[in-house]
Amino acid sequence: MDFVTFLIQVLNGVQYGFTLFLVASGLTLIFGIMGIINLAHGAFYMIGAYICFWLFGITDSLLVAIMAGIPIMFVFGYAIERLAISVLYKRDHLYQVLMTYGLILILNEMQKILWGSDFYSVPIPEVLSGSIPMGNQEYPVYRLFVSLVCMVVAAGMYVVIGKTKLGMMIRAGASNREMVQALGINISRVFAVVFSLGAALAGFSGMIDAPLSSVYPGMGNYILIISFVVIVIGGIGSVKGAFVGAMLVGLADTFGKVLVPEFSSMVIYALMALVLLWRPQGLFGRVT
Amino acid sequence: MSKNNKSRRHFIAGAAATTGLVAASSFIPSRFAIGAMAPIKVGILLPYSGTYAMLGNSITNAMKMRIEQAGGRMGGRPIDYVAVDSEMSVPKAPQNTNKLIQKEKVDFLVGPVHSGIAAAMAKIMGQRKTPIMIVPNAGSNAVTGPLCAPNIFRTSFSNWQPAYPGGVLMGKEGHKTCVTISWKYGAGIQMMAAGRDGFATTGGKSVKDILLPFPNVEFQAHLSEIAALKPDCVFAFFSGGGATKFLKDYEAAGLKDKIPLYGPGFLTEGVEKAAGSAADGIKTTLHYASNLDNQANHKFRADYEAAFGASANVFSVQGYDTGSLLLQAAAAVGGDVEATADVINVMETSKVPDSPRGPWAMSKAHNPIQNIYLRQVADGQQKLLGIAAEALEDPAAGCKMA
Repeated sequence: MDFVTFLIQVLNGVQYGFTLFLVASGLTLIFGIMGIINLAHGAFYMIGAYICFWLFGITDSLLVAIMAGIPIMFVFGYAIERLAISVLYKRDHLYQVLMTYGLILILNEMQKILWGSDFYSVPIPEVLSGSIPMGNQEYPVYRLFVSLVCMVVAAGMYVVIGKTKLGMMIRAGASNREMVQALGINISRVFAVVFSLGAALAGFSGMIDAPLSSVYPGMGNYILIISFVVIVIGGIGSVKGAFVGAMLVGLADTFGKVLVPEFSSMVIYALMALVLLWRPQGLFGRVT
Repeated sequence: MSKNNKSRRHFIAGAAATTGLVAASSFIPSRFAIGAMAPIKVGILLPYSGTYAMLGNSITNAMKMRIEQAGGRMGGRPIDYVAVDSEMSVPKAPQNTNKLIQKEKVDFLVGPVHSGIAAAMAKIMGQRKTPIMIVPNAGSNAVTGPLCAPNIFRTSFSNWQPAYPGGVLMGKEGHKTCVTISWKYGAGIQMMAAGRDGFATTGGKSVKDILLPFPNVEFQAHLSEIAALKPDCVFAFFSGGGATKFLKDYEAAGLKDKIPLYGPGFLTEGVEKAAGSAADGIKTTLHYASNLDNQANHKFRADYEAAFGASANVFSVQGYDTGSLLLQAAAAVGGDVEATADVINVMETSKVPDSPRGPWAMSKAHNPIQNIYLRQVADGQQKLLGIAAEALEDPAAGCKMA
């Protein structure tokens, strides 16, 4: 592999890492703060993509579709939290797994009823549809744009969680739920907001990925598994960990495919096993 | 008391007589019960949920439509369909198959879509004489190769069939080197091998064979690799959502105009709309083209659209032909489908002259001998360019019947 190709592959890995981060951050946020294992996160991703496709059909603009889609996903997440998740906070993780697995089945079936089992696509907006020459090939502008958006979202999350009052409540709720309640903060409302934000993030990932991937039934299943690998590597509950984990998985997957194609499906799991052997709580996980 | 006893005796005698009658009637083999028009049982094992539900529905709809058009009877007998959702689950395949064979006692077993399930079913069928299995999609070479059996037939294709002429085509169009890319599973591996073999007959050589874990759709790393390798052409097989994404990524990476893309027809089948310009101009080879100009195809497409409000596809053609084969076989034995050996004799030598894909005949290994067409996507539609291989027969490597 010559140097230019190597650099392009690094870019591929980082770019893939960014898209993984967007999905994984919502998953880790919900777990870290609420202690909920949300298996339906991948289904939220898929619903986001379908909503984007649906709204694009009406508005004919990706920007408008995404802008309108995010609040829909937020409300959707809020409703799910109130109806299905809020009753499970005090229960064992197994109940949550059962419930959110059930949600996958329901959402998949809902998708089939609403949109059928066909696959669709959302076109890349005109301004972002070109490619820029890079070494011996061309690099799609939209992929770079997605990376940029993910960076902005990552920075936004950093600011919200680290610097705002909501962030403070979220962090406090994560470390000591009872104390926060004693201080007069409505923790169940904070949880509802966090869950909705997580759903909105997953949905947003699906929307922004829609033009890159196509929109098809079960598109969330694979991304869910990879996202779990990402957050296990990064340390469950840590957004910083999700970021580092996503980058590692993105790069490992990319170079695994190129260098050891025979084992490419194993590489990220081997990486996860190694990290867990070294640090069972993940790279940025807290020991509990 | 005595009255009571008497009535009980009467009752018992009556019951015994009734039981006797029932027993006697069950001694009469059902093949003599044709006069009573016992229905023919057709078991169906296809996916009706998940990603491949569309395939299962297309096949079932078209098969039933074909039989309905012939009066809804086979060889004069009514039909009882028993459909089971395969859920595309290989582990559940033996159980589902046995349920249809032993509990439902079907005369014919139509299925599946998935090659892994086909292998599991074929292994069970190979140990039995009945029922007769008809594969309406799954292309696994093994089903009419090493696993072939007298009671296994296929109305679709072997993975070798649509791929081999694609490889030959690349050579004919002047290419010397290629990269093959597909998913690492039965269909992907077999189609890539057949494409390479076809390409090799023209002196072409594959410089790299890429297989992604199924159903991974993150292609970017491999596209960068292809750009660095600079082959004359690329031979690819993906399907459904994966195919759409591959075509779009291939175009976005700027490869489409530099390195022409070829593949078995499934690469561009049904994705023309979703892939848009990314599919335009791509040449593929398949045993069907939607705009084939023959009477049967025009009628079939019009009927299908009228009945189901959707365009017919290659899968519905396979379902339609499964219906034709069933009708032919049942008619030839006068509805006596329990005479399995006779039915197999008929099916073995059957020809399906009125297929939407053009006439085809059954090979010795029980796989269609059929034309493979050369198609090109233009303006979101498949355009027929011609015949890539006429009356192509699968080599049926490893089949002891052939």
